[in-house]
Amino acid sequence: MTKQIVFAIALLVTIGVFAYTISRIIRFFMLTRKGFAVNKLGKRLWVTLEVAFGQTKIFRRPVIGLMHALVFWGFCVILFGSIEMVIDGLFGVEKSLSVLGAFYNFMMATGDIFALLVAISIVVFLIRRVFLHIKRFEGIEMKKISHIDANVALSIILVLMLSLMGMNAAYLKWVELAGHEVHGVYPVSQHLTWLFIGMSVDTVFTHYQIYWWTHILLIFLFANLLPYSKHFHVFMSVPNVFLSRLEPLGKLPNMDNVTREVKLMMDPNAAFAAPATDAPIERFGVKDAEDVVWKSYFDALSCTECGRCTSVCPANITGKKLSPRKVMMDLRARMKEKGPMMLKNGRDYTDGKSLVRDYISEEELWACTTCNACAQECPINIDHPKLIVDMRRYLVMEEGSAPGELKAMFNNIENNGAPWQYSPEDRLVWAKDLEVNVQ
Amino acid sequence: METRKIEIPVMADLFARGEKPEYLFWVGCAGAYDDRYKKVARAFAKILVHLNVSFAVLGKEETCTGDPARRAGNEMLFQMQALQNIELFKAYEVKKVITICPHCYNTFKNEYPDLGADFEVISYIDILNKFIDEGKLSINTDKFKNAKITYHDPCYLGRANGIYEQPRAILKKLGGELVEMERNRSFALCCGAGGAQMFKEAEHGNKEVFLERMDDVLKVDPNIIATACPFCMTMMTDGIKYKNQEEKMRNLDIAELIAESLNL
Ligand code: SF4
Ligand code: SF4
Repeated sequence: MTKQIVFAIALLVTIGVFAYTISRIIRFFMLTRKGFAVNKLGKRLWVTLEVAFGQTKIFRRPVIGLMHALVFWGFCVILFGSIEMVIDGLFGVEKSLSVLGAFYNFMMATGDIFALLVAISIVVFLIRRVFLHIKRFEGIEMKKISHIDANVALSIILVLMLSLMGMNAAYLKWVELAGHEVHGVYPVSQHLTWLFIGMSVDTVFTHYQIYWWTHILLIFLFANLLPYSKHFHVFMSVPNVFLSRLEPLGKLPNMDNVTREVKLMMDPNAAFAAPATDAPIERFGVKDAEDVVWKSYFDALSCTECGRCTSVCPANITGKKLSPRKVMMDLRARMKEKGPMMLKNGRDYTDGKSLVRDYISEEELWACTTCNACAQECPINIDHPKLIVDMRRYLVMEEGSAPGELKAMFNNIENNGAPWQYSPEDRLVWAKDLEVNVQ
Repeated sequence: METRKIEIPVMADLFARGEKPEYLFWVGCAGAYDDRYKKVARAFAKILVHLNVSFAVLGKEETCTGDPARRAGNEMLFQMQALQNIELFKAYEVKKVITICPHCYNTFKNEYPDLGADFEVISYIDILNKFIDEGKLSINTDKFKNAKITYHDPCYLGRANGIYEQPRAILKKLGGELVEMERNRSFALCCGAGGAQMFKEAEHGNKEVFLERMDDVLKVDPNIIATACPFCMTMMTDGIKYKNQEEKMRNLDIAELIAESLNL
C-alpha cells in the first residue's frame, strides 16, 4: 500500500509540474500570430507516418540515421512497458498488461531487444559528442550549455535503458527463485540473470524493485526536464511534423494585409467598397518573438539542435554568419526572455530589445539564398527560410533598410519592370534576327 | 544547310488579329536582358518553332514576376507586380504559361494562386521532356556522344518543386556520359544567387558559394556543366572563368544542348 501511495504522489507531482510547464508554453503561443489553418488531416497523417514514424529524413544520413531511428522506434515500443508500470504502480499489481497474451509477449520481447539497441546507440552518440569533434555539433550558437544539455539527456536515456534491462533480468531471476509464472518474453535480459546468481529471493526482489523505481522515477524526472532542454523534441517533433507546411518548399506564404493595401493602391475606388477593418494594425513582418506565426514558434521549440540544417547551408558552409539552426535557437531564447514579461505586462511590453538585431543580425538575414537546403534537411520539417524572409520583410517594409544594391533592385523593378536597369522597350532584343536551320 | 528567318509572335499582335496561342512563353528578365541568357531564350524559342508549337511572348508588356523583391522582403512590390501580371494574363486569356526560369516558375506556380491567378504553369524542362517522351522531339545523339556532362540542380526546380529526374532524363538522351556530383538532387548545393543574392555582393565569409560548387564540379571533371536556371548559369560561368577552365568545359543550358544537338 505504501508503495502505491508513494507512486501516486510521484505521478501526481509529475503530472502537476508537467501541466504547469505546458500551460506556460501554451500562454507563450497565445502571444504569437495566427498562421495557416490546419487542414488536410489525411495528408498530415501520411506525412507523420512517413517523416516521423518512418524517420525518412533522418535516413538522409544513413548510418547515424539508423541509430537515431532505433532510438525513436525503441521509445515507441518501450512506452508500452512504461504504461504498464504506471498501472502496476497505481494499483499495486504485477505485470498487469500480461492479460493481452501473445501481444504482450511480443511487446515485452521487442522492448527488451530495443533496450539494448537504444543503449548501444546512445553510447555511440555519447562517444561522438564527447570524444569526436563533429563539425555539425559546433558553431557560435552551440554554447557550453547546449553540449551539457545534450550529454545529460543522453546519459539519462542510457541509465533508463540499463535500468530497464536490469529490471527485466532481476524479474526473471526472482520469478525463477520464487517459483512464479513468468509473464512476457525477454530475449536479451534472460542472458543477464547470472548477475544475480547466489542471491536470495528477497535480495533479488529488492534488486528488482530498485531497478523498477529507478526506471519509472527517471522517466517522470525526464519528462519534466525535457521541456527545458533541446530534448523537448521528444514531445514536439511528432506534432511538429504533423503540423508541417504541406506546400512545396519554394512557396512563401502570402501577406494578406499587404494584399489589401496593394489592392487599394491599385484601385482607389475599392477604398470605399472595402469594409472597414477594425483589426489592430499588424506589424509587417517579424521584428520580435511575438510577431512570428505560431508555427515558427512551434518550429523553434521542436528544434533538436542537430545542426543538419546548418551543415548544408551554403551561406554557413562558405563562412558567412548565417546559421539556420541559430535562427531557431534565437527565437526560442528570445521568447524565453521576453515571454514571461509579456505575460505579466501585456503583449505591448518592450524591454528595448528585439529578435532582429539583438539576437539575429541583418548580416545573417541578408546572407540567405532561400535555397531551402535547411528546410529540406531538417528531420522534423522546420521551415527556416520562411522565418528569415519574415524578418527581411520587417526590415524592408517597416524600416526601409536593405543593402543598397537591393534597394536599387527594388527601384529597377518599380520603374523598369526588371531587376536590372534596362528599358522595357528592349524586352524583345533577344528575338531579333533569329534564324533556324532548316534540315 | 538552309536557314529560315523567324519572327517571335507577340501576344498583343496575335490578339489584335483575334488569334489565341496555346502557350504563353514567359521569357523572364534574364532571358530578355542578360546577354548570356538571351541565348537560352533564343534556343528555346527555336525549339518551339522547330516543333510548330503555338505560342507567343508578351514582349514589351512583360515585366518582372516580383520573385527577387519578395525574397528580399519587399512584399509590397512583389504583390504589385503579381497583381499587374495576373490582370494582364486575364486580359489575354492566358491558360498555359511556359517559363525558362525556375524562379519565375516557382512564383507563378506556387505563389500567384494566392493572389487569384488561375493558369497552368509549365517549366520548359517539363515540356521538353514531354515532347521527347511523346516522340514529337527527337534528339540527335551524335553531337554529344563523347561528352561528359554533369548537371547542377537549381534550387528552385529541385528542392523547391521536386523537378529532379526530368532534366536528367533529357540529358541521358543526349547520348553523352552523365556524371553526378557528390551533392546532387535534393542534396545539391545552391549556386549562391537565389533569394535576391544575384543583385548584391555576398556577405562576408571565407569563400564564394559558386566556388564551393565549382569544387564539386571539378571533382567530376566534366566537359559540360548543364544548368537550367539563369542565376545558376551566371554563377557557373563565372566559376569556370575563375578556375580557368574555359578550355576544358562549357556551361550550357539544357535548352541550348537540345538546340545544339539538333543543329537548330
Ligand atoms: S535557405 Fe537560407 S538558411 Fe536555409 S540553407 Fe539556404 S541559405 Fe541557408
Ligand atoms: S532546425 Fe531542424 S535540422 Fe536544424 S538543428 Fe533544428 S532540428 Fe536540426
